[in-house]
Amino acid sequence: MSGPSFDEPEVTIELTVNGATVTRRVSTRRHLSDFLRDDLGLTGTHIGCEHGVCGACTVRYDGEIARSCLILAAQTDGSTVETVEGLSDSGEIEALQQAFLARNALQCGFCTPGMLVTAADLLRSVPKPSRDEVRDAISANYCRCTGYHAIVDAIMAASEKLAVKS
Amino acid sequence: MTTAPAPAVGQSLARPRAKRLVTGRGRYTGDIAAKRALQVAFFRSPHPHARIKSIDVSAARALKGVVLVATGADVAKHCKGFAGIHRLFKGMKAAEQWPLAFDRACWQGEPVVAVAAETRAIAEDALDLIEVDWEPLEGLGTPEKAIAGGTVLHESLGDNIGYDGTTASGDVEAALAGAAVVIEDTFRFGRHTGVCLEPRSILAAYDPSDDSLVVHESHQCPAQQQAIFADLMGLPEHRVRVVCPDVGGAFGIKQQLYGDELATCIVSKMTGRPAIFIADRVESFASDIHAREHVVKGQMAFAPDGRILGLTVDDLFAVGAYSNYPRSSIGEASHVAALTGGPYRIPAYRARVRMIYQNKPPVGHYRAVGHPIACAVAEQLLDRGARALGLDPIAVRRINQVPDGTASHKSHSGFMLNGLTVEACLGKLLAGFDMAAFRREQQDARKRGLLLGLGIANFVEFTGTGAPYYGESGAPVTAQESCLARLEPSGHVRCLTGTTDQGQGTDTAVGQAIADAIGVSFDDVEVISGDSAGPVGGGAWASRGASSGIEAAVRAGRALRDEILRLAGLILQRKPEQMMLAGGLLCDAASGAELITLREVATIAHYRQHLLPPGTQPELSMTRSFVPQSQSFITTNGVQLSVVSVDPGLGDVRLLRHRVAHDSGTVINPMLLDEQIRGGVVQGLGAALFEEIHYSEDAVLGTGSLMDYLLPLATEIPDIEVAHLATPDPGTSIGAKGAGEAGTAGAAAAVLNAVNDALAPMGAHISTLPITPERVLAAIAAASSSHDTKPGLQG
Repeated sequence: MSGPSFDEPEVTIELTVNGATVTRRVSTRRHLSDFLRDDLGLTGTHIGCEHGVCGACTVRYDGEIARSCLILAAQTDGSTVETVEGLSDSGEIEALQQAFLARNALQCGFCTPGMLVTAADLLRSVPKPSRDEVRDAISANYCRCTGYHAIVDAIMAASEKLAVKS
Repeated sequence: MTTAPAPAVGQSLARPRAKRLVTGRGRYTGDIAAKRALQVAFFRSPHPHARIKSIDVSAARALKGVVLVATGADVAKHCKGFAGIHRLFKGMKAAEQWPLAFDRACWQGEPVVAVAAETRAIAEDALDLIEVDWEPLEGLGTPEKAIAGGTVLHESLGDNIGYDGTTASGDVEAALAGAAVVIEDTFRFGRHTGVCLEPRSILAAYDPSDDSLVVHESHQCPAQQQAIFADLMGLPEHRVRVVCPDVGGAFGIKQQLYGDELATCIVSKMTGRPAIFIADRVESFASDIHAREHVVKGQMAFAPDGRILGLTVDDLFAVGAYSNYPRSSIGEASHVAALTGGPYRIPAYRARVRMIYQNKPPVGHYRAVGHPIACAVAEQLLDRGARALGLDPIAVRRINQVPDGTASHKSHSGFMLNGLTVEACLGKLLAGFDMAAFRREQQDARKRGLLLGLGIANFVEFTGTGAPYYGESGAPVTAQESCLARLEPSGHVRCLTGTTDQGQGTDTAVGQAIADAIGVSFDDVEVISGDSAGPVGGGAWASRGASSGIEAAVRAGRALRDEILRLAGLILQRKPEQMMLAGGLLCDAASGAELITLREVATIAHYRQHLLPPGTQPELSMTRSFVPQSQSFITTNGVQLSVVSVDPGLGDVRLLRHRVAHDSGTVINPMLLDEQIRGGVVQGLGAALFEEIHYSEDAVLGTGSLMDYLLPLATEIPDIEVAHLATPDPGTSIGAKGAGEAGTAGAAAAVLNAVNDALAPMGAHISTLPITPERVLAAIAAASSSHDTKPGLQG
């Protein structure tokens, strides 16, 4: 829902989300994470801490990974945002998704969208990472279920599969 | 002729539900849209302990967009109070609780006023307009302060001791007096919590037209919640339904009633609109159940050859301001009494446990309830005894272990521990691990000023809780699991189970077991869980899915298979016992020749009954249940090994290796089982090194964010090596035992032993978890000040 305004100051923003142009009036205090989830219905972006630590809300923002809970929707005017839904639909993270499934690199799944967005960012810059490099890359994404081992395995497997393809 | 496909049980199949979760299509409670829903926020007590002299909510009510402001007294008109008494524990005392505080707040963060508004932001704005006139009272921050004879938290209870019980066997005083060595120490365990990445979340929709309540809740136990909401709110239970959709981590944190969640249901009733409450992270630290605040005095007495002669445990267990509802807060301490030294034969034992009230949030049943405390105390005392006697700690374990294959061993705490495999697990743990090489490496490292340590921790585990434990409690908690298997007209199978799945993979395991029981492929089975309107079950707690939940599924599957064979027999005019169902095909049992497809039988049974003999009534939905009626727990065991390095200058502990060997009974899905163990281990490693909720002496919370409550990160955790034994449990068809607690049960103890092994040459040891750098440095400093000679690393 766009929500009743209740005299809150608002601005109009226009941005590209998962390849489509969206225009909305938003409260100036609305976070990007809430905007994505509540205004656009993109609930794949999860909110775990709202203070930028857990990484569950990680999205790609103008090409870089970022914490959507630390960004105001009002500042995203003119930007490009990609969420787990967009990266899924485009097929960009398919190898990672298949590897996460096959290796059971997720349990409750709440950290998974942020983890996938972060892992995709790693593989774009370091196509053949070492296990330590994978651990380092995901060290700002909390997972409470897996203990990380399976996630590292899955990202390594995806990198190998992508290397064979390319 | 067909060959039967390989059984699904035993295969590392991927979880069907995970397909949604990796594409961002999960449906967690906060993702569910509800028209006209109100957002609820809570004004919480800023004081650990304070009387409420007056509350002024007029400004909050006047704020545009606010629909309801309800105080504790307003909300209490719509429900009963509740108290967390477990009647198995004679003499337990617990104060009555209400959804919101109304005359007094007993912990910092206790909910006091509910605000419902059109948006969460407006609801939070309104919180700032609420004025409460407080009279601060003394806050009790530690269990020692709570039993010092000062402030009594709940006057009706007389004192702050909610339970005081002793378990004993043998002559422990004689054992202590006659021992070659008695190791005595006081162990302290930091209060921590589960930190589910998805905070507690609830969407409650009351419908005044038929007095019904539908709740979507991030919870483990929908049937229990249905019973509680109906009872406390005075609603007809058959019109209360609780649905637990995808749940973003639970670990026991989402297993009980929370006042703010009940208040959210009442807000919906008061407004006639759906009401949503999602805790933020600060609220989670201040109001989720906590765990593990224990101060344990332990003594272990040894003969010269390392035999354990006796063990005493005195556990001060600080449970917060109230005993949790409905299960009570006694679980951890009762497990400490039951399980300390469980892997060993101990001829004399005394365990006293006291449950202490103080001004903190209630303690509940976080993963591996009590097990990590029991394990750390016994395993560290055993290591210290071995060191004092100059014996190898593994050899000392071996001479004390309960022999493998003992069908029914009655432990020193009076529990039947059946079919333990302590030696086999130890053997599996050490297989391929070159202990001699490690000890050489350790010696070499010491010469270079580096401290390496190795620790081992045996543990016995209670899983798959049976009827007696909560049957005696008085709580609406069932140990019975149920499963409904339904044949669809297409020949596919839909299965509804009362067990729930927060990512463990229980749904997948149920699907594997029921596919085999019926004789269809795993891909042709859909498993649905988490709805209190479905078959009744306990949900998820105490590692019950793989044992009780699977057994109910197997029984339902077999009943459906028998009915399919009966109907096929009528269609084909053959005897059912001469046919078999495999891979969705009915075949001749002797020759394997294909006779008819399941799809054809299902189509006739659903749509063409006129083709069946007169009087035939197909039954295409089968529900079966299973309860371990007389057995309190399925017992199992495991062992863990940790290798660490300790930096004596910085106090920093690095985890280098971690191995686990565990007897999980029959393995249903090896991959999912391994990941249960690994995930559990890492929660235990958090307890070992990082996680602690800090409170002041006056019970003021000091850790309100993930910036100051440290969790294990990917860079701090090594790969976890896992091995299994698979000794079937004789009580069920498949014979699986629980595995969800095992990792957490022993991990912290293994690390504690490893750190103390590393520190031993300096004469230092640690008895407090988590093992922070400050505690390491303090232990080293204490050792050097208590020795005349300068400590060296030449050990």
